[in-house]
Amino acid sequence: MSFELLGEAIIAGVLLGCFYAAVSVGLSVAFGLLDVPQIAHPAFLVLGAYGAYYLGGFGVDPLLAGVLLTPVFFLAGLAVYRFYHATFESRGTDAGLRGLAFFFGIAFIVEVALILIFGVDQRSVEAAYIGKSISLGDVRLPMRMLVAVGVALVLTAGLMLYLSRTFTGRAIKAVAQDQTALALMGADPVRIKQWAFGIATGTCALAGALLIIVAPVEPGLGRLYIGRTFCVAVLAGLGSMPGTLAAGVILGIAESIVLTSLGASWAPAVAFGLLLLVLAVRPAGLFGR
Amino acid sequence: MQAVSRRKWISRLGALGVTAGLALGGFFPASAHAQHPIRIGLSIAQTGPLSSGGKSGLVALEIWRDDVNARGGLLGRPVELVVYDDQGNPSMTPGIYTKLLDIDKVDLLVAPYGTNPSAPIIPLVKQRDLLLIGNFALDVNSQIRHDKYFNNQPWASAKDGAAPYLALCRKLGAKTIAILAADAEFAQNIAGGIRAGLKDYDLQPVYDQNYPPNTVEFSSMIRAIRAKKPDAVFVASYPSDSTAIIRSVNEIGIGDNVMLFGGGMVGLQYASIMESLGSMLNGVVNYHTWAPEKSMDFPGIRDFLSRYQPRAKQANADSLGFYLPPFDYAIGQILAQAVTATGSLDHKVLAKYLREHEIKTIVGSIRYGPTGEWANPRMIYVQFRGIADKNLDQFRGAGKQVIVAPDAFKTGEVIPFSQSRN
Repeated sequence: MSFELLGEAIIAGVLLGCFYAAVSVGLSVAFGLLDVPQIAHPAFLVLGAYGAYYLGGFGVDPLLAGVLLTPVFFLAGLAVYRFYHATFESRGTDAGLRGLAFFFGIAFIVEVALILIFGVDQRSVEAAYIGKSISLGDVRLPMRMLVAVGVALVLTAGLMLYLSRTFTGRAIKAVAQDQTALALMGADPVRIKQWAFGIATGTCALAGALLIIVAPVEPGLGRLYIGRTFCVAVLAGLGSMPGTLAAGVILGIAESIVLTSLGASWAPAVAFGLLLLVLAVRPAGLFGR
Repeated sequence: MQAVSRRKWISRLGALGVTAGLALGGFFPASAHAQHPIRIGLSIAQTGPLSSGGKSGLVALEIWRDDVNARGGLLGRPVELVVYDDQGNPSMTPGIYTKLLDIDKVDLLVAPYGTNPSAPIIPLVKQRDLLLIGNFALDVNSQIRHDKYFNNQPWASAKDGAAPYLALCRKLGAKTIAILAADAEFAQNIAGGIRAGLKDYDLQPVYDQNYPPNTVEFSSMIRAIRAKKPDAVFVASYPSDSTAIIRSVNEIGIGDNVMLFGGGMVGLQYASIMESLGSMLNGVVNYHTWAPEKSMDFPGIRDFLSRYQPRAKQANADSLGFYLPPFDYAIGQILAQAVTATGSLDHKVLAKYLREHEIKTIVGSIRYGPTGEWANPRMIYVQFRGIADKNLDQFRGAGKQVIVAPDAFKTGEVIPFSQSRN
């Protein structure tokens, strides 16, 4: 592989990695900080994508649609967590497996609902930045992937600031460390976790809009992202926002280089091999607590 | 004594009644049997990656069923379809077809739509010596060679499918080729056909990669292909990959040296994908089964499409129906002709008929070869030309999907990819 091609592969990998980070950041909160087995996270991403598609029918830009749908997804996240907590989390130590089944069920319900409402065909959106590219010298960069970089930076930076600079954000990090201590300090851990889960679900609106910007979606697309999003969240170090961005970029670059040179068939093996290697050396993940 | 006698008479009368009933039932078997429908079992993707084709194929089969039943059914019996959703997933079809046979006890079988879900059930039907009508499965019987398998798709083998594309390469003077194929049955089969023919057509492979089916971004591979400067690029991909690849090519370019791009991209035949890609399709040369060109005006095809399209809209299925639906309707016609001509549902009898006779369908006359494939394959390659964005209706008429190969159906000469993009 020539040096020029390697350079292009790295740039493409950074863009791809930012996309992976953007779609994984909500899971880093739900699974990383709250220990909720949110296997339905990719399904919510697809739901967000279809939300952007639906609003796109009224002429709304997909990114704007994602922003508009964020409060709706936040409220849905509050409701889902409240039900999950009442039904599973509060009922003992073996609730984890049942909780996993619960979120699997939600994922299937979302998928089937989308099939019934929108059908099985691929859906896509239109925007000025889709289908075009900008040139940096000899390298052409798809604009939709540059949008992914922007969204990833906004989401990770926004969450990082929220978690470190606001009272509720610090409470969310505290509940991840020691719920009992937080309770002793007068905060209700359940309400904090519910709020955090709402935020995690809220990010799925914007990340979902990004999903349909990057590529057309169909109802079953979430299944392709289960492995990737959990890989990024775990590689990052559970609950770390900067780690999520770094992990996404590392995964994207590894995948891009392998797709370009070694043989595309090896891409999944390299990505997950990297995860295993990092966990073997640093079990808490790259930026883990 | 009196009570015993009464019981004896009652039991004798009862036995007489049962005997009379059985006798009458035996005397009129046809009338009881006539109400029992002929059950045709199949699985077809109604969700999952192949669902866009699968749903449209199912609509076509339902139209055929309704047509047949409106004419009194087959052998005086109504036809019933027993359908399951296999999600396009090969791991589901053996279980589904076992259920169709052992629990649903269907009379006849149609294979799943697509190569991947069909391949696992060939050993099952071979073991049980059953008739199976194939549904767009490429090369699934080439090794097992089940003698009761009759595929309905217009190409006999991967080599036949690849030949027109390779002939186009020769026509354009291409010397080098890049091959990009998904790691799945159909894509590998058709890419294998290309690889097998390279020597015969003096083509040097400069890039040959398989990619995993869950790949979401193709720009890295497109860049790698561009760096190799091939004259032709053959892609064997599935619907979501096909869309991503076309978009990547449009965004980052494939190089001005490329004279031929496309080949085995599933999805570029679906209405929704053609509409969403729009002008990005211009210049792409891709396989198809039917296009609204003059050379494809088989008897009955236009009438079928005029009935299919409104029904597809209701069912949220492919609104054009050019790809799979005519062939799935033809599957019904194949079964109907064989059953009617032989007066039988015996699989051996039906298979013999299909092997020895020409079948008239809306996709033309079909004769089968020794492996159950079409004796005269006619997969076409179309070149997209003059496609505008956001306009589905443009695809209904001639001139947008110009047939460039094979010669028997050609409606225009192939234009080099880079030239036709302007």
